Amino acid sequence: MNEPGLKDIWVYLSASPLLGLTITLVAYGVAYRLYLKTNSNPLANPVVTSVAMLIIVLLATGTSYGDYFEGGQFVHFLLGPATVALAVPLYQQFSRLRQLWLPVTISLFCGVVIAAGSSIGLARLLGGSTEIQMSLAPKSATAPVAMGISEKIGGLPSLTAVLVVITGITGAVLGTKLFDWIRVRDDTAKGIAMGVAAHGIGTARAFQVSSQMGAFSGLAMALSAFATALLVPWLVDLLEAWIPA
Amino acid sequence: MQFLNGITLLLVYQLVGEITVRLLGLPIPGPVLGMVMLFVTLMIRGKAPDSVDQASTALLSHLSLLFVPAGVGMMAHFGRIADEWVPITLALLLSTVITMVATALIMQVTTRWFAKPLTEKEGGDE
Repeated sequence: MNEPGLKDIWVYLSASPLLGLTITLVAYGVAYRLYLKTNSNPLANPVVTSVAMLIIVLLATGTSYGDYFEGGQFVHFLLGPATVALAVPLYQQFSRLRQLWLPVTISLFCGVVIAAGSSIGLARLLGGSTEIQMSLAPKSATAPVAMGISEKIGGLPSLTAVLVVITGITGAVLGTKLFDWIRVRDDTAKGIAMGVAAHGIGTARAFQVSSQMGAFSGLAMALSAFATALLVPWLVDLLEAWIPA
Repeated sequence: MQFLNGITLLLVYQLVGEITVRLLGLPIPGPVLGMVMLFVTLMIRGKAPDSVDQASTALLSHLSLLFVPAGVGMMAHFGRIADEWVPITLALLLSTVITMVATALIMQVTTRWFAKPLTEKEGGDE
């Protein structure tokens, strides 16, 4: 009775969203504690560790990504309301933003164009297919925005989601070292750069450095989501006209 | 109840954003338009209600968690990533580094150019 019972339970669980949702939260909880234990070492970024743990578990149990996502989608869905929620820190930082609106606007415009232009250009130079170039183009924007743009310009939205996460991790891990290296010490400039290049994952990291860096990173992420949505499709057309693939 | 009101409001703005984007055929994602609409609303009202503040703090304080299911999607793309791993990894890494360095430097330089009158007004600390 016992053996088939266990198998029945697995059959039930693997078909229900409960398991996917629960393991996502458990993995993140473990990863987050590990991150705190290492004194917030950027290399132990909780996104990296939890994604690695989950992939290992799914491969070991022979669970497909589709089955996992039945449950994972509930967490993924919250990216939408979280994007809307960015209006709040944006509003709270508005007085600071008003003082710095011109530098912020210039940096943001340049940052968004450089992010998309350099990823398309480099991927093309290194022989990446058009699909890869277009999937990479919006990689610095936050996931829901990047996926929407990727779909519009002929990339693969689900691949873009992955590239967005890897970009965020890269920015969060390298960011503070890079800023030291180029001697940018102003938290405002560091925050803007982090938010433009590495969206929410970079912002989570910026908040650990200082609340000012975090706020400006959040601000840059919100504004660059908007700027990316407006500029990238136009930039792709422009690049297409300049350098035919 | 506060938290529930806040979440409901965020979802309403997202929904209105999605509908508007589709009706008008706008090139931006619905949640981004929702964010702009909420921002305009907060500006007009002159303060962020506690409910919205609570819900947004809760969502944004563990923003990294929300990226995890998308990150696990890597396993569905192992094949393609393996096929084109050179352009993908190099373009991603270099482009992220270039973007961060360039944006930080541009922001630093332009702040010095344009924010000078402000620092002078505050007495300047240089």
